[in-house]
Amino acid sequence: MTPKALGQLRICDFTGQLAGAGATKWLAAFGAEVIRIEDPVKQGTWDILRMLPPFVDERRGVDFGGGFNNHNVEKHGITLNLRTEKGRELLYEIVKRSDVVAENFAAGVLAKMGLSYERMKQLRPDIIYVSNCGFGHRGPYASFKTWGPIVQAVSGLTFTSGLPDREPAGWGYSYMDHTGACYMAIAILLALLHRQRTGEGQWVDLSCTDAGLTLHGPALLDWSVNGRPLRRPGSPHSNRSEQPARAPHGIYPAAGDDEWVAIACRSDAEWQALAGVVGEPWAQGPRFAALAGRLAAQDELDARLAGWTRGREKAATVAALAAAGVPAAPVAKPAERIDGDPATSGFGLWPTVRHSKMGDVRVDGLPVHFSKTDWELRRGGPCLGEHTEAVLGRLLGLSPDDVAKLRAEGVV
Amino acid sequence: MTVLTGVRVVELSHERGAFAGKLLADMGADVIVAEPPDGSALRRWGPFVDDVPDPERSLAWWHYNTSKRGVVIDLDGAAGRERFRRLVARADLVLECEDPGRLAGLGIDYADLVREGLVWVSITPFGRAQPGRADLATDLTVLAAGGPVWSCGYDDHALPPIRGGGFQGYNIACHYAVMSALTALLWRGVSGEGQLVDVSMHAAANVTTEMASYNYLVQGTTVQRQTGRHALETLSLPSQVRCADGRYVNTGVPPRQPKEYAGLLRWLRELGVADQFPEAVFLEMGAQRDFIDLSKIGQDDEVTAIFAAGREALNFAASRLSAYDFFVGCQRAGMPVGAIYAPEEAFEDPHFVARGFPTPVEHPELGRTIRYPGAPYRFEKTPWRIGRRAPRLGEHDAEVFGEASTPRR
Repeated sequence: MTPKALGQLRICDFTGQLAGAGATKWLAAFGAEVIRIEDPVKQGTWDILRMLPPFVDERRGVDFGGGFNNHNVEKHGITLNLRTEKGRELLYEIVKRSDVVAENFAAGVLAKMGLSYERMKQLRPDIIYVSNCGFGHRGPYASFKTWGPIVQAVSGLTFTSGLPDREPAGWGYSYMDHTGACYMAIAILLALLHRQRTGEGQWVDLSCTDAGLTLHGPALLDWSVNGRPLRRPGSPHSNRSEQPARAPHGIYPAAGDDEWVAIACRSDAEWQALAGVVGEPWAQGPRFAALAGRLAAQDELDARLAGWTRGREKAATVAALAAAGVPAAPVAKPAERIDGDPATSGFGLWPTVRHSKMGDVRVDGLPVHFSKTDWELRRGGPCLGEHTEAVLGRLLGLSPDDVAKLRAEGVV
Repeated sequence: MTVLTGVRVVELSHERGAFAGKLLADMGADVIVAEPPDGSALRRWGPFVDDVPDPERSLAWWHYNTSKRGVVIDLDGAAGRERFRRLVARADLVLECEDPGRLAGLGIDYADLVREGLVWVSITPFGRAQPGRADLATDLTVLAAGGPVWSCGYDDHALPPIRGGGFQGYNIACHYAVMSALTALLWRGVSGEGQLVDVSMHAAANVTTEMASYNYLVQGTTVQRQTGRHALETLSLPSQVRCADGRYVNTGVPPRQPKEYAGLLRWLRELGVADQFPEAVFLEMGAQRDFIDLSKIGQDDEVTAIFAAGREALNFAASRLSAYDFFVGCQRAGMPVGAIYAPEEAFEDPHFVARGFPTPVEHPELGRTIRYPGAPYRFEKTPWRIGRRAPRLGEHDAEVFGEASTPRR
């Protein structure tokens, strides 16, 4: 049996949506015991993905959200009514037996429920407590509410995706939910390493807008060093490559309905190779031979190249350019990259998990492999309260009768 | 002393993985970044300080190599490979992004240098054992073939889909590389064992597409891109509005709860424009209800009017305010909206300044202190910090190898 890299860890998991749940998915995939704590009164619907599409069939309800399943594979799910004294006591007992508390409520929500870091630390001095929200727990906007697209708007990611003289195109999904989850996982792992070396726990304040703002790198230095803003005429033009300066560099039409191909010429040599494949008179000769000439006439260059790509299948263009040593790629549609791409299926990227009600479902795997302690995803996301009895029994020694009594009292 | 103090990392400089090295170095790891004698390719990337192209003035090099030490290693020569072996022999972790087969061909791959406890993180375009031309992968091709580009763009599908800026194809892979490195280090702390980690940039992009992947996996459907909002199977209502100053905001999810209608109405009154908004009466009705059943939109006239008024009120306020005033005012009224900032606008915004996000770093050679992007997370006890500016070419050869190198300039 493959050893579990994180098999010695237990996570008390208050996370939801993708920005939080994605972090603990990583931990669960490497064997950590992740216990989701959900509210029986609201049926766990604070995490709206429990109810939302996609659905495997016509069944609906809190146990059928496909996104929830995707982000919560391999986790355990229990319900605890934390409004009740008994519910809070049970939670405290779980925290005493946990290494990490992970949460992505709006700032201050858990503290108001009596579940602050300070309180948790009294229960378990070396507890690691990672809070993840849109603007962090400190600062003028700490009380502001966000979801993925708002984080992306404020942290500059929406603006930097688009064509000049138009409104921003932005990201067509919650990129910062994925990325916030990554930073949350990194924060948890770093804090665990610190505890492994020193025995000390700590609190981490993760602000997704901070994390998003780190992702512009050199462009922000161009502002702070050279005073050059990204908001200026002609900018952004994000399919192009202004820095490093490259041309042609873009996304061009291909034969068919809404088919596109990406081409990225990194050097004069690659341009010569591209010009050779294109073979049309405009591409030959000295005018475009050097980068400066191509940069000076990018609109024309793009239009001419688009004229060549438009009549060709994207796969044929990519194959011809690759053979000539020119970077190119199809703009892949979901079916093409999931069911038609050996580099994802061969990597084992789409594992099938077994969900208690949905049955067998394919999910996003992890984009890495470990030679000794690789990840494994087999069990689907937990139905609401699916593991209440098992977890309270195993962890706290409660009998099924005890749990039945708690259920009757509205605690679980 | 911070989290990774004492963790020794050897990084072979590469555009694909430099950010992963930075994330480790800024948390205290001793990252030694090795460059070829003519310098890392990143040093030739602009922009440059004062727009003067020079390998020591590349802002890309500066940004992605903070807190690292730098040495020159010529892997194409026997002496350089010996240097690499010596570094790896005392490293905890190796971070490299070479095309599959290159290091094996030189006799210095994981299999050649493996020893007890060594963690080796390899970032490649498709994974070490997968098909694909690694040498032809760029940020653009990774994001196009890996799925993100399909979901981004405009309602008008005559316009191409869009690649988001900022080298996110590299960033995504680097995040997973760091998560992997830390997971492997934790396991090493438990077991004493190291291992090889194989990170695929293509796979990383593929699992960073939210519904595009899992709607297909679960129900076989294909999402379609729309301006500034989630790609979906069906068109949703626009969510970006142009404000009085010409800048855009994202108006988020329209109000749905009575307290949100009350907050919106109160805000319009504070602004002194409530009487210019003809549908204010419906906001009042929304505020006075106990519950608004959104499933009745389109059936119940009053619910339909209330919901429409909420949306319209946001558009109305935006048309009279700057993007910043709309963002802050509407958030204070209780609704999750956002200004669509250019990165430099966020960098100078009072919230980020108050959190200490812009981080000063000394550049003594230039006699300048430069403000860098700051911490992605705030650790109570083991703070993120920039330990030093990026190294000059071969700057630490003497202290690392006991001898200076002869960089080719």
